[in-house]
Amino acid sequence: MDYALIWAILIAVAVFAYVALDGFDLGVAMLFPWFKKEEDRDIMMNTVAPVWDGNETWLVLGGGGLLAVFPLAYAVLMPALYMPVIAMLLGLIFRGVAFEYRFKTKTSKHLWDLSFILGSLVAALSQGIMLGAMLQGIKVVDRSYAGGWFDWLSWFSVFCGVAVVIGYALLGSTWLVMKTEGQLQQKSYQLAFRFALGLVACIAFVSLYLPWRDAAIADRWFSFPASLWLWILPVVLGLVTFGLLRALKKERHVSPYLWSLGLFLVAFLGFAVSIFPYLVPRAITLWEAAAPDNSLIFLLVGAVILLPIIFAYTGYTYWVFRGKTRADAGYHD
Amino acid sequence: MIESLFSDADALLLARIQFAFTVAFHIIFPAFTIGIASYLAVLEGLFLKTRNPVYQKLFRFWLKIFAVAFGMGVVSGIVMSYQFGTNWAVFSDKAGPVIGPLMGYEVLTAFFLEAGFLGVMLFGMNRVGERLHYFATLMVAIGTAISAFWILSVNSWMQTPAGFAMNDVGQYVVEDWLTVIFNPSFPYRLAHMLLAAYLTTAFVVGGVGAWHLLRDRSNAAARKMFSMAMWMALLVAPLQVFVGDLHGLNTQEHQPAKVAAMEGHFQSEARAPLYLFGLPNEETAEVDYALKIPGLASVILKHDINAEVTGLDAFPRDEWPPVTIVFWAFRIMVGLGLLMVVIGLWAGIQRARGKLYQSSWLHKSALLMAPSGFVAVIAGWIVTEVGRQPWVIYGLLRTSDAASPIAAEGVGGSLLAFIVVYFLVFGAGTVYILRKMASDPEQVHIPDYAKPKAAGMAAERLMHEED
Repeated sequence: MDYALIWAILIAVAVFAYVALDGFDLGVAMLFPWFKKEEDRDIMMNTVAPVWDGNETWLVLGGGGLLAVFPLAYAVLMPALYMPVIAMLLGLIFRGVAFEYRFKTKTSKHLWDLSFILGSLVAALSQGIMLGAMLQGIKVVDRSYAGGWFDWLSWFSVFCGVAVVIGYALLGSTWLVMKTEGQLQQKSYQLAFRFALGLVACIAFVSLYLPWRDAAIADRWFSFPASLWLWILPVVLGLVTFGLLRALKKERHVSPYLWSLGLFLVAFLGFAVSIFPYLVPRAITLWEAAAPDNSLIFLLVGAVILLPIIFAYTGYTYWVFRGKTRADAGYHD
Repeated sequence: MIESLFSDADALLLARIQFAFTVAFHIIFPAFTIGIASYLAVLEGLFLKTRNPVYQKLFRFWLKIFAVAFGMGVVSGIVMSYQFGTNWAVFSDKAGPVIGPLMGYEVLTAFFLEAGFLGVMLFGMNRVGERLHYFATLMVAIGTAISAFWILSVNSWMQTPAGFAMNDVGQYVVEDWLTVIFNPSFPYRLAHMLLAAYLTTAFVVGGVGAWHLLRDRSNAAARKMFSMAMWMALLVAPLQVFVGDLHGLNTQEHQPAKVAAMEGHFQSEARAPLYLFGLPNEETAEVDYALKIPGLASVILKHDINAEVTGLDAFPRDEWPPVTIVFWAFRIMVGLGLLMVVIGLWAGIQRARGKLYQSSWLHKSALLMAPSGFVAVIAGWIVTEVGRQPWVIYGLLRTSDAASPIAAEGVGGSLLAFIVVYFLVFGAGTVYILRKMASDPEQVHIPDYAKPKAAGMAAERLMHEED
C-alpha cells in the first residue's frame, strides 16, 4: 500500500479542517473594525470562544503531522518560510490570549481588541503568503533549503496573503450570519456578500495567472485527457459562487457558511492538483519526503482510530453550543 | 546557507537561546495547568459527592485562573511545534521519523481532547447537566496528563535513545516502538515531572490560600484550599525526593557526564565528596571555595561509601556539559524541594496541634513559597537539558550539527520578537492571574447548571430559524 499517499491525503484533510474551522474564528476577529459597539464585539467573540482552541489544534496537527510523516518537507519548508511562520506564530499569540484577557480588564479592553484584530490579520496574511510562496517553488540543495532570505516575498505571495484574509473574512461573516441575529446578522450578510465577490475574483485571478506563469502547472491543467475532468473544478467554482450569493440574497442562516466552505474546498483542490505530487513544489515529492513505512504505519493506526473519535466529540462541542449566541453567553462576570 | 555578517557559531548560539527561552516560558504553563486540571477534577468531584458549596466556589475560582493559564499554554505551545523546523531543520529531518509520530500521538490523544472539552468546561455549565460537565472536566484533566506522557517520552528518547537504527539517508528509523516510547529514562522523567506539576500547583494553591488567610482567618474557601494544598505538600514533596533520587540513579547509569556536572566531580574517585556549595572551575577542573561532605556522594549515587564515582575526567573535554550552570541549577532545584518538604512537615505539625489556620508564620512562609514550584521546574529542566550537552540526541547527534541553515540575523531577529512579545503578552496574563488570585474566593459567582429542557428548547429554536 502507498502509505505516503494516504498520509498526504490525511495531512491535506487536516489542513483543510484547520482552514475551515480556524478560518472562521480568525475571520470573526478581522471583522471587528466593522462592528464598533462593545456588546456586538462581546457576542462575536463569544460565538467562537468555546471552540477556537480546538480549531487551532488542527494547525498543531498539521505541523506535528508534517514532522512525523514528511520530516524532510518539514525540515525544508520551515526554514524557507521562516519569517511568515514566525509572524504567524506571534499573531496567533496576540489573538489567542485576547479571548481571556479582553474580559479581565476595563481600561485596556480596547488594546486587547486591537491585539485580537491585528494578531488574526497577521496570522491569516502569513498563511496566505506561505501558500503563495509554495506555489512559486522553493530552492533545495542536498536535503536543505538553499534559497535566500526573502524568496518567499513577491507581489504574488502577498496577493495570496490578501486573498486568504478576504477568504477568512468571508468565513467569519457567514459564521456570524449563522450564530447571530438582528442588526449584527444583517450587517454580516452585507459584509459576506462583498467578501464573497472579492474572494471569487482572487481565485479567478490566481487560476488564470498561474498557468500563464508556470508551464508545469499549465501542462497539468491543459494537457489532454487530464484536462477533461480537471475542467470540472472551474465549473464547480461557478456553481458554488452562484449558490453562495443566492443563499446570501435569500438570507439563509446556515447555508452561506457551508457554501463558503465549498468555495474554499474548490480552491484547495485546485492548489493540490497544481502542486501534486510535490510537497516542496518542484523540489521534493511526497514520496521523497516520506518517513520510513513503519513510522507512517505506526501513526496511521492511531489516526484511523482516533480521528473519527475526535470528529465525534468536536461535533458534540459544536452541538452543545449550537444556536444563536446571545449577550449573556460568556462565563465572565 | 543564507548570506550573513555573522558566523555559524553565532547563529547556533542564538538558536539555542531561542529554544531555551521559548521552551522555558512554555513549560511554566503546563507545569501549572496539569496540576490545576487535576485539582479542578477533584474539586468538582468532591462537590458532586458532598454538595458542600465551598468546593463549588473553589472550582469556579480556580477555573478562571486555569482558563487564562491554559490559553497562554496553548499559544506558547503552538510555537514549540514549529520551532523544531524553523531553527532545527537537520534535527527534524533526522529524528522526525522517531519523535514525530510520538508528537502526532500527543496531538491526537491529548491536545484535541483538552481543547474539545475545554469549551464545555469553561462555557458549558448552563448548557449541559452537571454529570456531563464533570465528564468534560475529567477529559481535560486526563488530556493534560496524556500530553505529558508523550512529550516526556520524546524528550527521554533524545536523552536515552533506544530501539532505533539508521537508514541510508542518515535518518533514525524505529525498530521497536515500545522500546522507543518506554526508553530507559522515560518512566523516571515522567513520574518526576508529573509530581513536579502537582507540587507546583499545590504551592500556588497553598500560597493563594495563605494570602487570603493572612487577611481573614475565617475565610472558609481560603481555609479549604490551604488545607488541601498542605496535605499535598506533606504527602507529595517527600515522594518527589524519593522519585528524584531514582531519576538521578537512572541518569548516573545512562548519562554519567551529566551527573558528574551536577555533582561538580571533575575527577573520578572513591569516597567521592558531596559538594554543598562551591564554584566549579572548568579551567582548573576543580571546585573552588568548596564546602563538602567527604564520601557522601558515593553513598547517594552508589549506596556504598567506598564506591568509585565517575568524574568528568572519564570523558573527552569536548563532551563535557557546561559544569557551572548544571551544578547550580541542580542545587536550586534540590534546595527548593527540601524546603517544600519542610513546609509540608511544618503544616502537618500545626494541623496536628489544631493550629493550621492560626499560624501566621506558616502562612507567610507558604506565601513566599508560592512560586517555588515554577523555579524548581525550570531549574530541573536546565539541569537535564544543559547537562546532556553537547548532544541533542545523546551520544548520536551534536547540537551543533542539528541547526537550520538560517543566518544569525534571522534567528536573532525572531528571538528578539519572541522576547518582547512573551514578556508583554504573558506579563499581562500574569497580572490578570494575580488579580484573580487576589479576589475573594468566597465571593465568586456561580452559574446554574442546565436543566435538560432548556437545551431542548435551543435546538427547537434553531430548527425554526433555518428554513
